[in-house]
Amino acid sequence: MGVKLNNISALAGVSMREMYRRKDFYVVLILTVILTLAMGSINFFNEPSVAGYIKEICLLLIWIFALVIAITASARQIPSEIENGTIFPLLAKPVTRTEVLVGKALGCWIATGVALFIFYVIFALLAASREHSLDFSLNVQSFLAHWIMLGIVISMAFLGSVIFAAPSSNTTICLVVVVAIMVLGRHLNRLSLNMSEPMRTIVQVIYFSIPHIELFDFRNLLVHNYPAVAWNKFFLLLIYGVGYSLIFTLIACLVFNRKRLR
Amino acid sequence: MAETVIKIEHLRVEYPSESEKKVAVKDLSLEVKQGEVFGFLGPNGAGKTTTINVLLGYVKPTAGKAIIFGVDVQEPIARHRIGYLPELTYYYKFLTAEELLRFYAKLFQIPKEIAEERIDKVLKLVELENAKSRLIKTYSKGMQQRVGLAQAIINDPDLLILDEPTSGLDPIGKMKVRQIIHKLKSEGKTVFFSSHELGEVETVSDRVAILNEGEIKEEGNVRDLLNKYKCGLEEIFLKVIGYEDLPVIG
Repeated sequence: MGVKLNNISALAGVSMREMYRRKDFYVVLILTVILTLAMGSINFFNEPSVAGYIKEICLLLIWIFALVIAITASARQIPSEIENGTIFPLLAKPVTRTEVLVGKALGCWIATGVALFIFYVIFALLAASREHSLDFSLNVQSFLAHWIMLGIVISMAFLGSVIFAAPSSNTTICLVVVVAIMVLGRHLNRLSLNMSEPMRTIVQVIYFSIPHIELFDFRNLLVHNYPAVAWNKFFLLLIYGVGYSLIFTLIACLVFNRKRLR
Repeated sequence: MAETVIKIEHLRVEYPSESEKKVAVKDLSLEVKQGEVFGFLGPNGAGKTTTINVLLGYVKPTAGKAIIFGVDVQEPIARHRIGYLPELTYYYKFLTAEELLRFYAKLFQIPKEIAEERIDKVLKLVELENAKSRLIKTYSKGMQQRVGLAQAIINDPDLLILDEPTSGLDPIGKMKVRQIIHKLKSEGKTVFFSSHELGEVETVSDRVAILNEGEIKEEGNVRDLLNKYKCGLEEIFLKVIGYEDLPVIG
């Protein structure tokens, strides 16, 4: 039973169209653009070093809103299909559940990527206007790393959406997990060294099995104008991210294929 | 000899419930031949929708098998030649009727030019051509149900499965369902439908099966059944499901 790319692209198109026709998507998009523009255009005390702080705040806003868009959109896709019953005429067509899930996840990822691209273009223009220089490679790397990281988050949210019935609980759990990984992920290994067995092994297993999405956070490089990462290392990071997205999507497909719809 | 379009053999469907397993369908076997209009009747909870869910691959049977056009219903390819109209309007309300049909046509891999022609044709048939560019959420209930009809025939199906097709439909919708059933029948296509509107069933069906408590209690040609019981389909239905001797109230 092969997976049809035609079906996946059709489903991705529909979920993108849904996101673009929802008012909440535009509210978040426009809010982020306005806040980023406002932050970027303020001139604090004519102090040039303030540019770094402004960049940091703008990037934080972009990270928060991109996460909100990605998680809220992905968490509701499958539950709303089941709740509204739209899954039934859909599955009466020659389409598999795997294609439905993958198509919808792809649609969310592309739509989120478009929003993220807009955020990064505005950020790059603002940063360039302030500092009269722009590291194109680093900005491209930051955007790509961020987008791949959102791919991991979206696939996690889809996995949650086929396990938890309510989109709201899934959204909350995903947000908590992502923030916890961002904040604690890198420290788990060191923390485990101060623990006794069996907690030490448990924490180390968690450390080595969770996706370290903090690795995709290039904000410090952008804020402090560090040089871009070597491209070979950067591609390894992308492969790491895509690998985790595929693992979560695969598990989500397995669960969704066994889920009772009626 | 006409091709067997639907073949159900010893189908059993159990649902887990809190106290014990609920058996929705018990050892159901039936065959529907090409060109037949087959009415699938039964009271609420008889197992009609569960059987349709099995035919569409939503529900995996506990035992037995269901085959459509010679292919197991769990295979998506089995649904290539099927049109399905659900009882309620389950469509993406953020799309226009035209976009919805284009999306479904893409899933059936209908070439773009043919799909555009077919979309125009079916929208005209269900009298929605003037509203095709409006979002479905702005449609009245009757219009939404007609979108359902349009999507059910977008792939020019050889088998149309209708779950309570006239339930809650406006008069135009009911007329359109009848028209479509007659049109498909005249083209040698097969229609399998569940309904509570027995007058409607008597007019359009070639054969019927009456289901109760997950089992087929009676099955046959509509004329043969009318001759056998010497009464209308509604009375036959009530007799078969054990309601013939109910006292008259009032």
